[in-house]
Amino acid sequence: MNSGTAAVKPAQAGNGWEPNILAFCCNWCSYAGADLAGVSRFQYPPTVKILRVMCSSRVEPAFILKALKEGADGVLIAGCHIGDCHYIDGNKNAEIRINNTKKALVKLGLDKRLRLEWISASEGLRFSEIIKDFTEEIKKLGENPVKHKIEPQIPSRASEGRRHVCPDGIRGFPLPKGNRDADERRFNASANKSAVNVQGSE
Amino acid sequence: MFKEVSEMSDNKGTENKGTVEKDIEEKRVGVFVCECGVNIGGVVNTKAVADYIGTLHGVKVTSVNKFTCSDSGQADIQQKIKEHNLNRVVVAACSPKTHEPTFRACIEQMGLNQYFLEFVNIRDHCSWIHMWEKEKATEKAKDLVRMGVERSKLLEPLQASEVPVTDKALVIGAGVAGMQSALDLADMGFQVYLVEKEPSIGGRMARFDKVFPTNDCSICILGPKMVEVARNKNIKIMSYSEVKAVDGYVGNFNVKIEHKPRYLDVTKCTGCAKCSEVCPVEVPYDFNEGLGTRKAIFVPFPQAVPLRALIDKENCINCKACAKACASGAINYDMQTSYTDLNVGVIIGAVGFKTYDPEPRHDYGYGLYDNIITAMEFERLLNAAGPTGGHVVRPSDCKEPIRVGFVNCVGSRDKNTNIYCSGVCCMYTIKNAQLLKEKRPETDHTVMYIDIRTPFRAYEESYNRSRNLGVKFLRGRPVEVKEDPVTKNIKVRVEDTLAGEMRNLEFDLLVLATGIVPNEGIGQIQQLLKLSKAADGLLMEAHPKLKPVDTTIDGVYLAGCASGPKDIPYAVSQGSACAGRATILLKNKKAITEGITAVVEPDVCVGCQVCVPMCPFQAIKFDEKENKANVVKALCKGCGTCVAACPTGALEQSHFKNNQLLAQIKNVFKFQEVAA
Repeated sequence: MNSGTAAVKPAQAGNGWEPNILAFCCNWCSYAGADLAGVSRFQYPPTVKILRVMCSSRVEPAFILKALKEGADGVLIAGCHIGDCHYIDGNKNAEIRINNTKKALVKLGLDKRLRLEWISASEGLRFSEIIKDFTEEIKKLGENPVKHKIEPQIPSRASEGRRHVCPDGIRGFPLPKGNRDADERRFNASANKSAVNVQGSE
Repeated sequence: MFKEVSEMSDNKGTENKGTVEKDIEEKRVGVFVCECGVNIGGVVNTKAVADYIGTLHGVKVTSVNKFTCSDSGQADIQQKIKEHNLNRVVVAACSPKTHEPTFRACIEQMGLNQYFLEFVNIRDHCSWIHMWEKEKATEKAKDLVRMGVERSKLLEPLQASEVPVTDKALVIGAGVAGMQSALDLADMGFQVYLVEKEPSIGGRMARFDKVFPTNDCSICILGPKMVEVARNKNIKIMSYSEVKAVDGYVGNFNVKIEHKPRYLDVTKCTGCAKCSEVCPVEVPYDFNEGLGTRKAIFVPFPQAVPLRALIDKENCINCKACAKACASGAINYDMQTSYTDLNVGVIIGAVGFKTYDPEPRHDYGYGLYDNIITAMEFERLLNAAGPTGGHVVRPSDCKEPIRVGFVNCVGSRDKNTNIYCSGVCCMYTIKNAQLLKEKRPETDHTVMYIDIRTPFRAYEESYNRSRNLGVKFLRGRPVEVKEDPVTKNIKVRVEDTLAGEMRNLEFDLLVLATGIVPNEGIGQIQQLLKLSKAADGLLMEAHPKLKPVDTTIDGVYLAGCASGPKDIPYAVSQGSACAGRATILLKNKKAITEGITAVVEPDVCVGCQVCVPMCPFQAIKFDEKENKANVVKALCKGCGTCVAACPTGALEQSHFKNNQLLAQIKNVFKFQEVAA
């Protein structure tokens, strides 16, 4: 398998396992930052695949769970720096949402596989550094143990006009101030439930 | 009218097995892989990618092109659309940020909705960053294109909407770049509001003595332009004013301008400066870089436009002497801050720069020793209208110096301050040395530099001229600067890197060539206009080469030093360029906005109102009667914040719908599974 051109690759050492990382990049800063990394030829391991969203706040917790389930060993959410958001404060919402998801993932032991980073359009080097760093971190953690084991429910626009109800808490939208505690409790509860499910399926 | 495909829990993403509604058409996908010369083709095996993708369900045709963006490449797409009756097109090439519009236009010509294009980036995000891992890059490219193909099948047609454009322009900053923009737009017949935070227009250029490489008097060439701006009927100057709020979108910006009180009636004031004569308060004169003094009531400078006085309320002692001296009774001590609301179609940001301040870091002893000044201070001393009437003197004893040293790259090309080259310091140092040498041939000049950079027309000639005049150039940065406690002369220890020896030099005056840094308030403008800022603190253009004056915000343009150090000709050309770009919108009276917005499915919305406070643009209005959320399309910018917040899935972001994104997520890692 490892013939010819791959010889220069230092990461070939060990068992040769390479993690799979999915990166959600916002259109305005991080995606452009990744472009700049390309234009500047800042090399980073081919472990990451970039998915473009308009704003980091578009990323739903369910997407992250889905990615982990589908085989991602790590998920990176990248947005503009706080204060630089193209949509004023979309990234602040993303921060709350991702942190909540992280809390839920603690119960599943997957929290270290989720990362939130601010990468501006001018930070090509930083983008490549983050990918390198995250790849190394995931390598230490090893393969994602829950691949294909959790099934997050994503409410869809019901094709038959059926009303879909939020599968308690997984979506983790930040509620207006004051309700956050309740939100958190709801989260922890649902995370517990999911953890049980995972064990159950084993 | 359009079908919904809900196959969320379907693991076999490559096939649309899910529930299908109504008239679903067969998805016929064409995949076009670009080699981009050797940029992609040199790393990724494009043929292997195309072969693999060709096996996917729904892919009717694949094609590899040397340059898909070229005429022949686009013709190939159009031909294949015709031949195979394609209804989805996937282009795997460079960045959608630069080339998406090209291919959207290409497929639109063939009668396809432009949103049926899916753009996959296998250059910037694959071949360029995995240059030494060709096999892995090829595998990754396959994954990326597969993600795109699966997403493309779920794309829905959208209509880009047209919005009317108010044919008025706002120019922020009345330096030479901003004035040029305003003049060009006004001459084309558009109403221009020119906002300047200083009491006079003119900007930094008004403070220079002479300008390189021709050494003509700065204010003599700028003055007439300032008057031209003031005389132009289409330009409304708002001096001593600042932009406080910007709202709206391309073609329809609502801008709030704050007018700071001048404490006198500008319609009555004649600028005779009689008031300044009687004013007892003297404060450092900021226009002269703090050298010399001005009064608490003053005319900014003799050529100021508008030529009106103002009271510096911080330093005014309320003696009311000026009110008695003013023949036209213009003084009004109770003036309040006033505001104007403007409605404009385009905004040009020409917010300028300031020079690097060496005081806090005491670069080369500036601020510690008297006889070290900045080039800007030198410029004012050299100016006939300056504090010394054009005599360059040293601050410690007001004697005219004989030995003058110049240090280049202060606050530029330095890891501790700014790593970029300010571009103008070499030239203005050459010019300054030349001017003093011509004025007083007995003076002796040494320029200490890293590199001398003279890239544009007549610059190198100017450098040669100063060498012929006897200005000495020494390659090396000073390593030690000390003051002689008795004579107050400056002793410099510098390595002459060309001769390879250390030199100990003594100067009567040391001039620091300070670089260009972002202007004060650039952060505020950045946030108001929602622009991006680069790591160096300067504003970012949409594309460094192909869109140098555009920004990522439609209808907002940047001119001059706001987006990087520039000399005067460059800033003026950018001013004109902005006017030209803005005219496209102003003349067409309409702008095309992206069709990507949030959409509410009323049947699913339960009226929980979670989305309403989420929206940063107040685009979601709650319909009390129906108990449903409503998206105002003209206000929605399509970020998707509300979509992710909606607990019922009633909100969707068009072009980034849940199923579209999930199709991508599901297909990210498929290839390894197949291969394993």
